[in-house]
Amino acid sequence: MIRMKSIWRVYDTGKVKVEALRNIDLFIQPNEFISIMGPSGSGKSTLMNIIGCLDVPTGGNYALEGKEVSKLHPNQLAEIRNRKMGFVFQNFNLLNYASVYENVELPLIFAGLSFRKRRKRVEEMLDRVGLVERRNHLPSELSGGEMQRIAIARALVNNPSIILADEPTGNLDSVTGKEIINIFEELWSQGNTVVMITHDPEISSRTKRIIKLKDGMIENDEKNHHNHQ
Amino acid sequence: MKILLLAKLFASDFTKQKKKITLTVLALTWGTVAIVMLLAFGEGMTRQLRKARSGLGGPIVILWGGETTIPYEGLRRGREIRFMDEDVELLKKSIPEIELISGEYSRWGRTLEYKDKTISEHLTGVYPSFEQMRAHIAQKGGRFLNELDMKNRRRVIFLGHELKEKLFGQEEAVGKTLLLDNIPFTVIGVMVDKMQMGMYHGPDVNTATIPATTFKAIYTQRWPYLSNIVYQPRDPKRVKHVEREVFRVLGKKYKFDPEDDRALWFWDVIEGRKIFDKILLGIQVFLGIMGGLTLMIAGVGVANIMYVTVRRRTKEIGIKLALGARRGYIMWQFLLEAIAISAFGGAMGMTTSFTITKILEKIPVKEEGLQWLGKPVISAEIALLTAVALGIVGVASGYFPSLRASKLDPVESLRYE
Repeated sequence: MIRMKSIWRVYDTGKVKVEALRNIDLFIQPNEFISIMGPSGSGKSTLMNIIGCLDVPTGGNYALEGKEVSKLHPNQLAEIRNRKMGFVFQNFNLLNYASVYENVELPLIFAGLSFRKRRKRVEEMLDRVGLVERRNHLPSELSGGEMQRIAIARALVNNPSIILADEPTGNLDSVTGKEIINIFEELWSQGNTVVMITHDPEISSRTKRIIKLKDGMIENDEKNHHNHQ
Repeated sequence: MKILLLAKLFASDFTKQKKKITLTVLALTWGTVAIVMLLAFGEGMTRQLRKARSGLGGPIVILWGGETTIPYEGLRRGREIRFMDEDVELLKKSIPEIELISGEYSRWGRTLEYKDKTISEHLTGVYPSFEQMRAHIAQKGGRFLNELDMKNRRRVIFLGHELKEKLFGQEEAVGKTLLLDNIPFTVIGVMVDKMQMGMYHGPDVNTATIPATTFKAIYTQRWPYLSNIVYQPRDPKRVKHVEREVFRVLGKKYKFDPEDDRALWFWDVIEGRKIFDKILLGIQVFLGIMGGLTLMIAGVGVANIMYVTVRRRTKEIGIKLALGARRGYIMWQFLLEAIAISAFGGAMGMTTSFTITKILEKIPVKEEGLQWLGKPVISAEIALLTAVALGIVGVASGYFPSLRASKLDPVESLRYE
């Protein structure tokens, strides 16, 4: 479903050119469970942003479900992010003035769904992450784990093709982190595609494929044979 | 839900910039008050001046004899043209497009006596048509001159409002007899008090008026001429045509070239009014621009707030972009906020202005200078114009900050702390 060929991402700061990604080739099949690893500055986030259509490559081709996306208009990219991508961030990125319900509802508003349909979907999602009774709370009234579950519900609410998570457990204690990884694993087992950035080998060991980046290039990309599921 | 979310968003912005938003709303209120009140005073003044202008009367033309400048049929230039009583009849008969006409005799310094009071004032002798043409409207209980007065050369007199006050004080004047140059006259009416902007024999409020026939019988032995003629064309648009006709008819009688435009003097009140209306409009536009500028300064405040808001909400914009918000959505959100702030300030300003006008309405004005200013009036046009101006200020001040917000890079914005 994702085909990247010789992807480059060069930041031109005027004086120096920073090559964040150098000649990346990457294929992702449906229903994969992937972790991206690497030291900081290796290009993990840049790669994730390009996969998620938040950023566009400066060179190369990126086809999503057979469609070239690297030359699309910002509004078309927005639509892809809305319908095909589900983002989960390290620091949750919930809107602090909006209730739990409204946070999960947001992608559906951008998708232009009717009030009735929105309510149905949001309630389904809150039920799935087990936080229906928190619907009217503000994010500040939730624990870290709860906030991340809300962020996951928000990422899933529009039935995305890929779930992209950038260090989703980075701000959580190890017990809560495990709970979150359990959710991702469950999503994968239900047929979703999950791509996750992590630096924690224990977490990456639970995924089915590990991509290691170094200096903007793929150093290693292999199936995870030490998978103890 | 969307509206509720937007309202929450605005509320969160408000708590973050409470002082600044309050000050800007105050600036908007002030700007709105400035534009509304300036226009309202302009409107009040315009109405008052129009009213004062109508003190002279209807759509009339006032005609004086002049001096010839072209030799004609063997007659030298420099002859003075003077009107006689019969010229009025002649014009009336010859020019059917004249609807109303009156000759006007005039004498200064006539003596009026009543009981122990003696004053010297201006006297005119006119036709009953003056009532309509020159707005010589009688107060309740009195009347203006009529055809019988004319026909019988009655010794009746119609007094200006101030003249009556001077002679009679608070006493009822109608029906009383006074002495005009030692001849007894009966007061038949007192003119309603009026503001008068245009005049040629001094203000009507100080003038005494008697029938032209009576005037002729008493005062014209040594000087038989009319001071002037006043007429009203049937169609104000045909005023120039009637003017040419007057030249033709009187030119024939007094033997002057109809092209000799110094032979007759016209005061075309109708034309004057058109110019006057343009001046009034000019004043209104000027006042509107002054108010608009004040409002614009408030708009700068709104723009400032919006720039700060956009910067403060950069992260949020990034989140929304990541979740699939289109640029238009981001733009509208900020634009609506700017418009909402402007609308709020505008509503406060409108309310304040209405309150001010209501209060001013209740305060009586005695000062004569202030009377000319009139009372501020907020017309529907003013309200509409102000609303449009506020809308423009809201959109203009919100546009550039919103544009900046919508052009933010999603990755950069998400990283913003």
